[in-house]
Amino acid sequence: MAVSSSATSTVMNNVEAVRATLYEALKSDDRTVILGEDVGARGNVFLITKDFINEFGPQRIIDTPIAEASIVGIAVGMAMEGLRPIAEIQFADFIYPSFNQIVGEAAKTRYRSNGEYTCPLVIRTPYGGGVRGALSHSVSIEALFYHVPGLKIVAPAFPADVKGLLNAAIDDPDPVLFLEHKKTYRLIKGEVPDGHYTIPLGKANLLKEGTQLTVVSYGLYVHWALEAAQKLQEEGLSVEVIDLRSIRPMDKGTILRSVEKTRKLLIVHEDNKFGGIGAEISAMVAEEALFHLDAPIRRLCAPDVPAMGYALPLEEEYMSSPGEMAEAMRELVRF
Amino acid sequence: MTTTMAKTDIKTGKLERYGLTDDKLRALLRNMLLQRQLDNRGFQLNRQGKVPFALGSEGHEALQAGAAMAFERGKDILAPYYRDLGLCLGIGLSPYEILLSIFARAADHNGGRQFPNHYSSKQAGLMSFSSILAAHIPHAVGAAYAIKYRGEQGRAVLVTSGDGTTSEGEWHESMNFAAIHELPMVMLVENNEWAISTPLDKQMAQPEIWKRAAGYGMPGRRFNGFDPIETYGAVKEAMDRARSGGGPSIVEGTCYRYLAHSTDDNDMTYRTKEVVQERRKNDPVPRFEALLVEYGVMSERDVEAMRKDVLRETNDATDRAEAMPYPQPSDLYTHVYEGAWEPWQ
Repeated sequence: MAVSSSATSTVMNNVEAVRATLYEALKSDDRTVILGEDVGARGNVFLITKDFINEFGPQRIIDTPIAEASIVGIAVGMAMEGLRPIAEIQFADFIYPSFNQIVGEAAKTRYRSNGEYTCPLVIRTPYGGGVRGALSHSVSIEALFYHVPGLKIVAPAFPADVKGLLNAAIDDPDPVLFLEHKKTYRLIKGEVPDGHYTIPLGKANLLKEGTQLTVVSYGLYVHWALEAAQKLQEEGLSVEVIDLRSIRPMDKGTILRSVEKTRKLLIVHEDNKFGGIGAEISAMVAEEALFHLDAPIRRLCAPDVPAMGYALPLEEEYMSSPGEMAEAMRELVRF
Repeated sequence: MTTTMAKTDIKTGKLERYGLTDDKLRALLRNMLLQRQLDNRGFQLNRQGKVPFALGSEGHEALQAGAAMAFERGKDILAPYYRDLGLCLGIGLSPYEILLSIFARAADHNGGRQFPNHYSSKQAGLMSFSSILAAHIPHAVGAAYAIKYRGEQGRAVLVTSGDGTTSEGEWHESMNFAAIHELPMVMLVENNEWAISTPLDKQMAQPEIWKRAAGYGMPGRRFNGFDPIETYGAVKEAMDRARSGGGPSIVEGTCYRYLAHSTDDNDMTYRTKEVVQERRKNDPVPRFEALLVEYGVMSERDVEAMRKDVLRETNDATDRAEAMPYPQPSDLYTHVYEGAWEPWQ
């Protein structure tokens, strides 16, 4: 963790951490504007920007029409002409209309202009399931974007990481997709250092040391993987847990050092298995550490269906539980 | 069907100039001749096998020369699309810069990365854009928002599109947002009646795009885009309004695409030679030459000298640009992000 100006800290949940960080960004830089659906008077559907409009005015807290492509597109234009916009997509499921603006425009602005124009833009969006969000309020979108050079993607799990990584995303000279797992919003609380600090994008966090298996995850599943690993600890099995925090760039060193030590790798993520983040991690480990492995790499991810259903059994079937994670860990440790 | 070229004051018999001096009128013609010559050069180089692709804006010359003259260099921002050679020349890009783009040389603003006609120049206020139609229009809105947010007086964004692009959702979203926030922006539509092979009647049931302005709550007007003077008058009025806090508007210029969409298109698969020949009677370039001679702004000899000068300048620019090196293979890896980059860290 870089540059903490204070030794004190405050307990916050993830919503409060996002809110506090955005507030400081607005306070410290007049170029910062927030635009999105219902970010003004409503204060965002999760109340993240509540009352911001009263303090910073409607010129900086911009309630947009329901038009996701231009929410991002206008933010790209603002960024190209010197503002530091933070665009919000109300739910990650609604990001599809803005796909071209993110992939075809924001990610390529610097590249296609040979560095003449840049796009320092943050796109924040709540994603993920476990909240009875059904087909269109629960998806994971990271795999659709992690293929794209020019973008950075962050998916923190803990309030302190939310703050440090969001600060880094806001400071970043390139477009960053900032993914906030909505089930963690109020569920996860933690100490957040006071004052301004950043956590570099692309640095994973080794959450729990272990010797028999490496588990790599991000977002909500980090918490469940940790819970499962602690359960196995009671059974005498030693599992190491890594929170990726950043998906693009991704921290190769931390993953490889761990796998070379434990010699086994389990990747758990909420997104679909086919073509997911786990596929890239598996390929990287197979390319760079195959002969350190004592067991096939295993991925515990969502099945190949379009999304989780609204009915509880359909949501539960889609998602992996801490129990399923513990079972996958046991199997792999015993392999 | 021939449209009129330039309005004349009925009482005095004098040309309606919207304040344009003789020098400015000559500059309009020079821009138009240069467009024609550079377009021609791109197609020649393509046929010679020297460049893989070219795209021309023949038929748009008057519209673009006139609109560019309403742009204030060093203040305004231009967010063009890929058929805007004349606009980009008119706001300050040189034929040499155009040729660097055609030849995809390292010294090109885009470092030889983009297709020809996809110019960008931060210094000239020319926003970078892609080939994805209408994607640049919200960028123009964002730029206009930045101007208004910072309270910069006397600046506006000129954003352009063809008729085809007005079917895109982002075109609509952008007009709507610009109107809500009364942004300093002018949407200039160059209606050339074709979206590659798709004619206007298959693009929209109501073919006068400017009329949509009323639906957004902003002014709109149509003008004769074959007439550079009328174009200047219309675009200047809109830009002046935008610069002085009067908000956005839609101005639609009529024109025609005389060439195929690009060197990779065969327009004879969807329209006839006869139709194009008939429409060529409206060709703004010879008609504006004749007009300036008729009103004594230039002599026939002056026009001929200007044509020669434009050809010489194009030839020089061609030779200079062609002699420049390609980007290096290693240039593929730069400017992905700020600084050196590796997705695995």
